[in-house]
Amino acid sequence: MDYSLSVWIILLPFLAFLITGLAGGRMKAIVSGIIGTASMAIAFVLSIMTAWSYFFASTQGAEGFAAISPINMVWLRFGDTLHIDLGVMLDPISVMMLVVITTVSLMVHIYSIGYMQGESGFARFFACLSLFSFSMLGLVVATNLFQMYMFWELVGLSSYLLIGFYYDRPSAVAASKKAFIVTRFADLGFLLGILLLSFTTGTFDFQTITNPAGPLITQPSSAMFMGASLTTIAVTLIFMGGAGKSAMFPLHIWLPDAMEGPTPVSALIHAATMVVAGVYLVARLFPVYALAAPSALQIVAWVGGFSSLFAAVIACTQTDIKRVLAYSTMSQIGYMMLALGVSGYGGENGLGYMASMFHLFTHAMFKALLFLGAGSVIHAVHSNEMKDMGGLRKFLPITHLTFLIACLAISGIPPFAGFFSKDEILVAAFQHNMPLFVIEYIVAGLTAFYMFRLYYRIFWSDSEHSHDNAHHTPHESPLVMTLPLMFLAVASATVGFLPFHELVTSDHKGFEAVMHWDLASASVLIGVVGIVAATVMYRRSSTLPDRIAEGMKALYTAAYRKFYIDEIYVFVTKRIIFNGISAPVAWFDRHIVDGTMNGIAWLTNAVSYRIRNLQSGQLQWYAFVLVISVIALGVSAFCMIR
Amino acid sequence: MFPDIPLSHVVIVSTLMFFIGVYGFMTRKNLFAILMSTELILNAVALNFVAFNYYLYPDKMQGLFFALFIIGIAAAEAAVAIAIIVAIYKNFRSVNVEDISQMKQ
Amino acid sequence: MKPVLFYVMAAIILLGSALTVSSRMILRAAVYLLFVLVATAGIYFLMDYTFLAASQLTLYAGGIIVLIIFAVMLTSGSGELQPKVGRTKAALAILASVAGTLTCLASYFAYNAFLPRTVPTDSSVRAIGAALVSTGQNGYMLPFEVISVLLLAAMIAAIIIARRDAES
Repeated sequence: MDYSLSVWIILLPFLAFLITGLAGGRMKAIVSGIIGTASMAIAFVLSIMTAWSYFFASTQGAEGFAAISPINMVWLRFGDTLHIDLGVMLDPISVMMLVVITTVSLMVHIYSIGYMQGESGFARFFACLSLFSFSMLGLVVATNLFQMYMFWELVGLSSYLLIGFYYDRPSAVAASKKAFIVTRFADLGFLLGILLLSFTTGTFDFQTITNPAGPLITQPSSAMFMGASLTTIAVTLIFMGGAGKSAMFPLHIWLPDAMEGPTPVSALIHAATMVVAGVYLVARLFPVYALAAPSALQIVAWVGGFSSLFAAVIACTQTDIKRVLAYSTMSQIGYMMLALGVSGYGGENGLGYMASMFHLFTHAMFKALLFLGAGSVIHAVHSNEMKDMGGLRKFLPITHLTFLIACLAISGIPPFAGFFSKDEILVAAFQHNMPLFVIEYIVAGLTAFYMFRLYYRIFWSDSEHSHDNAHHTPHESPLVMTLPLMFLAVASATVGFLPFHELVTSDHKGFEAVMHWDLASASVLIGVVGIVAATVMYRRSSTLPDRIAEGMKALYTAAYRKFYIDEIYVFVTKRIIFNGISAPVAWFDRHIVDGTMNGIAWLTNAVSYRIRNLQSGQLQWYAFVLVISVIALGVSAFCMIR
Repeated sequence: MFPDIPLSHVVIVSTLMFFIGVYGFMTRKNLFAILMSTELILNAVALNFVAFNYYLYPDKMQGLFFALFIIGIAAAEAAVAIAIIVAIYKNFRSVNVEDISQMKQ
Repeated sequence: MKPVLFYVMAAIILLGSALTVSSRMILRAAVYLLFVLVATAGIYFLMDYTFLAASQLTLYAGGIIVLIIFAVMLTSGSGELQPKVGRTKAALAILASVAGTLTCLASYFAYNAFLPRTVPTDSSVRAIGAALVSTGQNGYMLPFEVISVLLLAAMIAAIIIARRDAES
């Protein structure tokens, strides 16, 4: 089948960006929305067709699903093998990601037509959305490390533009800067890793680097540095870049603040697509991690595990609904990283890889649904705080139902999608790394707990105040906003049944998935325990949560303050970097570098003042100089001849 | 004069006259005095040429002609210089060399 | 006889030039210069260069000195005392002059290859005249013509520079 149409999946959003970005101001606002949505809809259809054709209609070779590159052109050539290409590569995970990105982006586009209605930057919003979609799509189909890096940076830029969308709000501006700087700092590691990796292999191309029979894996570099091989260091640095983009500890600080952006942005970027770019990066380079640098994989697993626990604890205390969802995202991505970290390569060993990708897929669906639902709630009550909500189930029926489905999915209740993917992760952890399994088991319970705390606080407990006296009776959102909610709810309910173990695996060949009934029931049990606990505490408003918080005062305060990580960062940058390093360097620049320049100028001035008489215009002085010079010449000539 | 007076004596005379002229050129303030010092210099040069011609190449006349032409050119130069000094006097009302360079401001 | 005359001329030259550059009154300086030029002509006579001596007296002493005296009388007050020379200037000038003298004399006396003359001089007016208008090896036709042009130019320049500007 001819896959050359697949390049349009990436180019259509780019065209939409150009049109809405350049001409959006001159059109009616709604036209920009329609252009953006239409281009995304076509891209969605194309990606579904590509996925159908790739996974189900074409014949698998003995090697499983082959990676196809319909387009790959050389862009910059440095040497014989070292060149930067631009192209499209279709392999199981990139095709899967195409489907995910186009689906969620289409839902967000449709939703935004309703949510952003009446805003002054409507056209600009859709232009940035198209730019982001283009960047993310280009990232996932990248054929080589450098192309991925370029689109990585483009994604960061789009995120900056969208978080800082309300640019007249200082908090939004600060948040966008924070996101950009933190991810840029992480990308330093990414770039170093790219350089190291391409240095050892002589190429940027993914297929060459990740070939299990290729030179990188079969003959790893023997150069060692600080006890680790060059390959390990390179992929660890690359993971640092991925950790920044995916908000892993300690580079997570930008994600909660990124909630300053409009809610559709949070749904698209910070739940479903951009933040999973780090996971995608590790998955893309997985053969290198698993076969040539297993110690790096350990780091990936533990960072993921710790981040998920950290985020889950904080999420239990937050009161801003978007921040709860942000920490929930961080926790779920920790799950995905952990699953990759405990995975082996090939067949049943690659269960963690498959589970991670499966969870990425399902998480995109229900997390986008959660954010869009939260947006619907915020749209109704004009506030982000839980204290302004409660009892909304009477006013927002569709939102309520879809939100409930999403919460059940994320808590791992069958038959919703989250159960299948989370269960596979727990099985993989159980088989390979017991301590991490225990941590993740606890986190599963915490996840159910805080998600249902959120659910009950929004839709049930309502003795804080009565909405009848509110200045504005909350009402259900218009159809254009509820339609995506319904679609995503259906998706959250059904995609769990996709046979991922046949389609997306570490070595591209399918394997038999075995149902571990004991672990499955254990995971459902802990989910139910969390739900029950939340129900007891939050279904009706009571003082039980406050009494528990009083009992664990220190832990509660620390969790509420996000464990003071932001304060530590401020301390390090202000005290240590600014005062300790920047100030002396600035002093040096001002006094020594500038001082030298000023000194040279002063010297020139002083000397010229002294010798200004040489050109005084006085005849007799000239004569004197002439005579002296001639005498000097004569004497020197005389001496030379002698 | 030959051979009673050696060449070196004549050369000493002309050299001393030359550098007395140089001293006068650098020292004096009156433009006419500077002109007269210049004439001293030229005269010394002519004497030098003639002396070398007489003592070393008596059958040739190059030195003689050189001195002749020096005299002619010195006359022309003195005429032009005096014309300039007169013009300066008309404009600046002074023939002091320092006044000329300062009034130019 | 001749040596005595030469040393007298030399003494007049040196004394006269010293007085020219140091005299406080311009006219006296001009007269001292006259003495110097006449003494130089005397030395030329001692060398049997009669034509040269005659032109020296006529042009230099007779023309230029008279011109200078006229100009002095036309412009600055001829009776005014010239100001004294500043110390620094005098010192520097003396330094330059002494250095120059020593250099020249040293370079002269370092050269030991001056051959004595063997052939008598030939400097009659006839020979000079013939050389002046002849071309070739010992011909001075070209400089002769050029100097006549130069004198013309000098005349015109002097007239233009010094004339009374009718326009201004």
